[in-house]
Parts: sequence; structure tokens; C-alpha cells
Amino acid sequence: MTGISEATLKGESVHLWRGERHVLRGVGFTVSSGECLQLTGPNGAGKTSLLRTVCGMSYPEAGRICWRGQDIRDDLPAFHTEMAYLGHEPPLKMELTGRENLHYWVGVRRRYARAQLDGALERVGGQRWADRPVRTLSAGQKRRVALAGLLLMAVPLWLLDEPTTNLDVEGQRLVGTLIDEHLAAGGLAMAAVHHPLAVSERGLRRLELGVV
Amino acid sequence: MSDVNVLHATLPGAGLEHSSAPSALAVARLMLERDLRLAFRKSSQLVQPLAFFAMVTTLFPLAITPELSRLRHIASGVLWAAALLASLLALEFLFRDDAQDGTLEQYALSGRALTGLLSAKTAAHWLLTGLPLALMAPLAGVALGVPTGALPGILASVTLGTVTMSLLGAVGAALTLGVRRAGALLSLLTLPLAIPVLIFGAHATQLAIRGEPYGASLTLLAALAVFGMTLAPLAAAAAVRINLE
Repeated sequence: MTGISEATLKGESVHLWRGERHVLRGVGFTVSSGECLQLTGPNGAGKTSLLRTVCGMSYPEAGRICWRGQDIRDDLPAFHTEMAYLGHEPPLKMELTGRENLHYWVGVRRRYARAQLDGALERVGGQRWADRPVRTLSAGQKRRVALAGLLLMAVPLWLLDEPTTNLDVEGQRLVGTLIDEHLAAGGLAMAAVHHPLAVSERGLRRLELGVV
Repeated sequence: MSDVNVLHATLPGAGLEHSSAPSALAVARLMLERDLRLAFRKSSQLVQPLAFFAMVTTLFPLAITPELSRLRHIASGVLWAAALLASLLALEFLFRDDAQDGTLEQYALSGRALTGLLSAKTAAHWLLTGLPLALMAPLAGVALGVPTGALPGILASVTLGTVTMSLLGAVGAALTLGVRRAGALLSLLTLPLAIPVLIFGAHATQLAIRGEPYGASLTLLAALAVFGMTLAPLAAAAAVRINLE
């Protein structure tokens, strides 16, 4: 849509070792604009490892990750400005309020108007408790603050590790809706999940990792 | 549904607006502001090194002698050893919390230079621990019978020394991020590197107490601080990246 030029994320026979363990054995995948890659597999299959490799945090022993046709290692900072990663735990400071957390987390990446922050919080249903210290929020509410951060970053590539953890049924549906909207706007997503995401079938692709 | 549209209309076409990235200076200010705000919300971490410094410097007169003329001779050593240990005590918290809750990871993935972000964090750390120590050192000096003429020298030397300590500590703290109970290892790693600071600092203070010119030692301390400023953030950033892998 609004000018996200066609983007593709590609993994080419990625091999990753964790000590003695060969976690990823030649994993390959392709995700293009408007598509969501759903990563499944039992615990220990390497879902998180793959996501962290795609982020550029872990160095694969062989293979490469390409973004827009270029190895991400060639220009990691440029790649990072176009992606957002949400790990198991929402990256929030307990002593700060939800709003302050978003301010410092997203503010490092981009400028945004106050209305955008309010809009993102409203979207995840957080206007009422966004000014409370995060330590007083429930696990699900923390997750929602993190989702608001994801929206506020406004990047084409979302890398999500168990995005529905701790969320109620309505929250899980919200994640699905947010991803759908993101894809409709030309975004890409890659999500490690245990329960299938509530996203529309159209852009959904699946990758199943096995235990090695 | 309308609010959805509003949001997507206000979010610039995802990732296109690279121009909307804040300047490096704005980012540094943001980090500084964040760390100061966080520190004041859990102030116990701030008080601990200062209390340690106060305790050590007041114990010496009790243990050795209350005679000011004799205390004056050991004042520089006492002040510097206490200041060094107090700043070591504060180092453990430098990156630990951020690493634990995943915010450090987010900064590493922000596309911004990690060296800049860590420099800002280190600066905040110095403002919160080094500067209070430097301000307290002259007071402790008075309690140890140091003549008032020497107080500016003490203030200046401890200020420069704590800057270097924060920078050295940043490297050590970044290297020991993955280690549980990193405190002991961190001290072991940082203390040997801090010896030049101790030597020049104590020397400057000694000279100041005797009323002799201490400019040369102060200059060396400043040189160490500048050396740290140029290299420590680079080393710390590299160490953080290794630990995140």
C-alpha cells in the first residue's frame, strides 16, 4: 500500500549450532510483503533461535538471511531500522509507566506524535492503564504495551516470539487482527507460535521445525 | 474500525521515513533522561555506594587515631581506596537490569549505534554515582583533617578518576553480562585496570594536601579519562553484542 516497496525476507539453508547441538539444519524460507510465516514445532525445535538469527543477533554457522535481496550482515543497522523483534518477555521497565516505556523504547528509533502513541495504546485497549507503573500491570497488559510499541515503530518486518502468550481470548484475536492489518498494508511477519495464529489464511505460510 | 484507519494513516508508510529518525544527540538525551528517571524511582542503588564511602572514610579515624595531624598523612590513600571500591560497588548495576528485562536487546536491535547508546548510559551512571562521590570526597577530606586549600584538588581529581572508573566499569560490566553473580568477577576484571587511576589520583591528592602543585598528576588523570572515553564505549558495545548472541 503506502509505498512499502515489495520486500522479501529470505533464509537460505541456515545452520546454527548451540554448543554441541545442531539446532537449525539447513532451514530455508521466504516471506514477502503481505505474508506471515508461522513457525511451529515442539519445544527446543529452534523457533526462538531462528528468530534471533533472523534478527542478526545470532550468527549462523552456515547459510544467510537476506532482506530485500541483500545479506543482512552487509548492513545490519539499516536492516534493524526496518524490523521489530518482540521476544518472550515484553522489554519493559517495571518502574516506568506503560507510556514512558513506549516513549523511551520507540523514541530511540523514530520521532512520533503524541497522537500516534495514544492511537497505538487505544488500539491495544490500554488507554486506561497506560499511566500506571508497569509493575502493577498484569502479564497480559504488559504484552499489550509491547504490542503498542510494535505498532508505534511502524516498520515493515515484524519478528514475533510467542506473541499471544498471557493474552486472553480477545487479546489473541487482537494479535491476529493486528497482523492481518499489517499484512494488508504490505508488511511482513514471522511468528513463532504454539497455538495457530488467528490470522486470515490468505497471507499465511507455515514452517514446521522438528527436534534434532 | 475508524481508529484503526486513523492509526494507519498517522503511521508513515512503514519504515519509509528514515528521515524521522531522531538525531544521535536526541537519542543520547533520551537515554540519559531514562536512566536518571529510573534511578530516582529506585534510589536505594544510588545510596549504597555513597554510604559505603562514608562508612569507610569515617572508620579510619576511629581505627587509627583521631589526631588530625596524623590522619592527614593517610588521607589521600584512604579517600582514594574508598572512592575506588565505592565506584566498583556501583558498577554491577550498570547494564544488568537492562540486560535482564530485554531492553538492552531492543537497543542493540534499534538500528542506532550501540556505542552512542552505551556512552549515554555510562554518562548517566557517572552522574548518578561518580559525581556524588566526587562531591562527597572533599567533605570526607575535611573529616580527615585535610586543609581547606586542598579541597579543590581533591574534588577535581576524584571527578576525573570516577569518570575513568565508570568507563572502565562499562567494559567490565558488558563483558560479564552473561555471568550470574558477576560482582566478584567484575571487580577482578576492573580493579587491575583501575590501578593507574588510583596511583595518579592519590598522588594528586597527596600533593594538594601538602600544598604543592598537583597539575601534572591531574593532567595524567584527565588523559586516562579521555582515553577511556574514546575506546571504552567501542569495547563495551562489542562485548554487549557478543553477550546477546
